[in-house]
Amino acid sequence: MTPAALEVQGLNRSFGALAVTRDVDLTLERGARHALIGPNGAGKTTLVNLITGVLKPSSGRVLLNGEDITATSQADRARRGLARTFQINQLFRGLTVLENLCMTIGERDGHCNNMWRSAGAKRAVIDEALDHLESLRLVDDALKLVRELPYGRQRLVEIAIALAQRPRVLLLDEPAAGVPSSESHLILDVMANLDPDIAILIIEHDMDVVLRFAREITVLVQGAVFTQGTPNEIMNDERVRAVYLGQEVRHGKREANHG
Amino acid sequence: MAASETTSVTTSAERAQARERAAEYLLSRHRFRWPEALPWLLAIAAYFLFPDRMTFGGQVLIMVLFALSLDLILGYAGIVTLGHAAFFGIGAYTVGLLIARLGWSEPLSSLVAAALVSALIGMISGWFLLRYRGLTLLMLTLATAIMLQETGNLRSDLSGGYDGLPGLVISPLFGVFDYDLYGHTNYLYVLGVLAAVLFFVRRIVYSPFGQALTGIRENVRRMHAIGSPVHRRLVTVYTISAAIAGIAGGLFTQTNAYVTLTVFDFDVSAKVMVMLILGGTGRLYGAFVGAVVYMVLEDHLSKMSPTFWQFGIGLLLVLAVLFARRGVLGLFEDAGQYFSRKRKQL
Repeated sequence: MTPAALEVQGLNRSFGALAVTRDVDLTLERGARHALIGPNGAGKTTLVNLITGVLKPSSGRVLLNGEDITATSQADRARRGLARTFQINQLFRGLTVLENLCMTIGERDGHCNNMWRSAGAKRAVIDEALDHLESLRLVDDALKLVRELPYGRQRLVEIAIALAQRPRVLLLDEPAAGVPSSESHLILDVMANLDPDIAILIIEHDMDVVLRFAREITVLVQGAVFTQGTPNEIMNDERVRAVYLGQEVRHGKREANHG
Repeated sequence: MAASETTSVTTSAERAQARERAAEYLLSRHRFRWPEALPWLLAIAAYFLFPDRMTFGGQVLIMVLFALSLDLILGYAGIVTLGHAAFFGIGAYTVGLLIARLGWSEPLSSLVAAALVSALIGMISGWFLLRYRGLTLLMLTLATAIMLQETGNLRSDLSGGYDGLPGLVISPLFGVFDYDLYGHTNYLYVLGVLAAVLFFVRRIVYSPFGQALTGIRENVRRMHAIGSPVHRRLVTVYTISAAIAGIAGGLFTQTNAYVTLTVFDFDVSAKVMVMLILGGTGRLYGAFVGAVVYMVLEDHLSKMSPTFWQFGIGLLLVLAVLFARRGVLGLFEDAGQYFSRKRKQL
């Protein structure tokens, strides 16, 4: 039996007396489409930070393809095939879109250790970068500075970078956050066409997005796993409605995305 | 999917064109362009136009080199430091001590020694310091320079303390060209070293490694997330920058034929940063423009008013920060863009 793409075992993290992650278990099989939902302050982004290595857990383990990566650095995890997007764009804003992609490919393949050859000399890198941009329909923006793009397009660059890492596991932290609804179909189209082999964990407030995308849902409440199940089970779970969905309805469906 | 495909009107030919345009930009970016010849032509012209100011000219070129070393870490990698004089000083003292204590006065080999010693100190201090950013890093770099200065003070038997090492005699360059009183040989020597270093730095900033440095400057969180060994990259570039600053310091000792502990002064660190900001960071030739503007102004102003000349420099810096955030070169770029846009509108 092949090991799960990503496995989180008994993960704990506290800031002082505040336990923000409590005994979280989570498994993503290869090709999983898993959504992580929960009210604001449930510790969703903290969990992503623990999985990607931005934060170190107080206890528990993170396994990537069966290997224990709990002690490794964030960069090391990225090189092993764990990619993420950020809830708030983290891009090279002063560089062109194409450079953003070439940088990612360069770091992935270790070209960036080279100090002597010019960055443009490897045509294959540029071509691959353009392939990624083409698949997200960003070729026309290739030479624009990231900061000149509308926010929705910047979100796509965020995803393009993660895909250029050739990940085995991809964590999408509110990919449609801050995107005007007129542009959100761009993101949804892209998500629907992601490589079926990549295991994906999506964190999302918008239940429309979650229900369109996810085959499994984990509900996180106050740092702990409240319940797990298929979208149907979760939608029909009265307790979930009470802690999460009820609140969503009260605040309106597309509430401001600060989690 | 079908809907979005019909809205996309670009044909495959147009797409291929867009791809080619984009690729061409990256493929051609590092190529030589004619404005790059300008500073070198001016430097050579200065040699013939101001034969009696060549000592000063040499000093200017040394500061260009020093500012260039700072540009590599500040302008490209985004490392802020207030202690870059540490490496200038190490280089200056390496050359000084080699002559004064060991009688090693051959100029080129002692420059290499200055580069190596500075690089070593840069690597060790960088390995510790570059885990920090912002204010913490500012204070730590500042402290490093002060500690080195105090070490020199403590061992004044070796360093000569604040009296320094006077009267250093440098051997003829390549065993042939004597250092003349008017600094003609020295000027060409410094210019040659500067050209060699610039070639080297230019390769670095246009390399994939150099790209990774700009990535760290632009967004370090993203660099971690795409798997970049950020700390290693920073230590590497810090080491290279220290070596270049060391070469500048070595040239400083050779040019002046003496060296004192003032080379480690905070003043020196601050001055080189002001020069770079004046000229423009992260654009190679900002170091040229900034150092020349600063040094020439300092020279004129201090003759006009020996007591208040710093007022002029201060005013210039205020103006630069208010109106030319990206330095003199940034100003030129903006002007160029403005005029090319105007031309398009006509």
